[in-house]
Amino acid sequence: MARAAVLGRLSWQVAQIAAVRPETDTARTLVLDVPDWPGHRAGQHVDVRLTAEDGYTAQRSYSIASAPGGPPALTVQRVDGGEVSPYLVDIAAPGDRFEVRGPVGGYFTWQPGDHAPVLLVAGGSGVVPLMSMVRARAAAGSRVPFRLLYSTRTPATVIYADELRRRSRDDHGLDIAYAYTRVAPPEHPRPPGRLDAVLLAEWGWPTEFAPNCYVCGPTGFVETVANLLVDAGHDPARVRTERFGG
Amino acid sequence: MTFLDGNELAAPLREIFTVDLTVASGQCANCGRRCTLAEVRLYARAPGLVARCTGCEAVLLRLVRSPDRVWLDLSGLSYLEIARPPD
Repeated sequence: MARAAVLGRLSWQVAQIAAVRPETDTARTLVLDVPDWPGHRAGQHVDVRLTAEDGYTAQRSYSIASAPGGPPALTVQRVDGGEVSPYLVDIAAPGDRFEVRGPVGGYFTWQPGDHAPVLLVAGGSGVVPLMSMVRARAAAGSRVPFRLLYSTRTPATVIYADELRRRSRDDHGLDIAYAYTRVAPPEHPRPPGRLDAVLLAEWGWPTEFAPNCYVCGPTGFVETVANLLVDAGHDPARVRTERFGG
Repeated sequence: MTFLDGNELAAPLREIFTVDLTVASGQCANCGRRCTLAEVRLYARAPGLVARCTGCEAVLLRLVRSPDRVWLDLSGLSYLEIARPPD
């Protein structure tokens, strides 16, 4: 167990949207300007609180997508009927303000000092905190071998598609594979289907490499993948998980 | 009912503690299983937050908040092991 850090009081701060970037039809990235942002580790999250004119508040957690060392950026997937995400994805504009608190969560994090190979397994928008790790690796000039296995419905639902294409070419030691669950591109080697033990064995690391595995996505996806990894012989202590319900 | 996990406890517990308790490990008072708090099953669609053991599903922790106070029930945990900050 790592030594703990004494943390300051966790309080709500005003964040201003500095920029917005569409990612897919249903997801968008908000780059935030948070005065006195204390910095974050790859994989951490923040709480967002919106307050209506009548004082009603709604609060949700969102993973940080950006690398440490820069301003926090959140990538938000719209949940239809949600209280927070439709505003963040469809309405919020640069200059708008809302409250955040964080960063929080020290468990589902990766730091460049960790030298074990890394397997990242994303289900849908579970790619967001994993993208922070991919960016952190590049920003630190780390040579730790990374593999990202990204399960998504169709090519159109891939978040960060252009950046992932570029990084798979430029970030040496980073491998990226996709598992399309509904529609695969014509040239894709595998028919649409759920991520399974065969794909994890092909694209993951052998257990004797003792990789650190990070699995993030909807609860059912995370349960399935984490069980497959442990059944394959990976040390449960090295299979870290984050579930966002669904 | 869909559950989340203990990562979601990070901010609510940081309201009252100065260390990140999600990286602490604890032992289930019912079955003896040890786990990191971030790994527990968390049920959030309740009047408060309810954490359950991943082994036996016994309630480990309950946290209920009102505008001016917090009720924290840890009776389902026989202990927590928490890394100390350096002096």
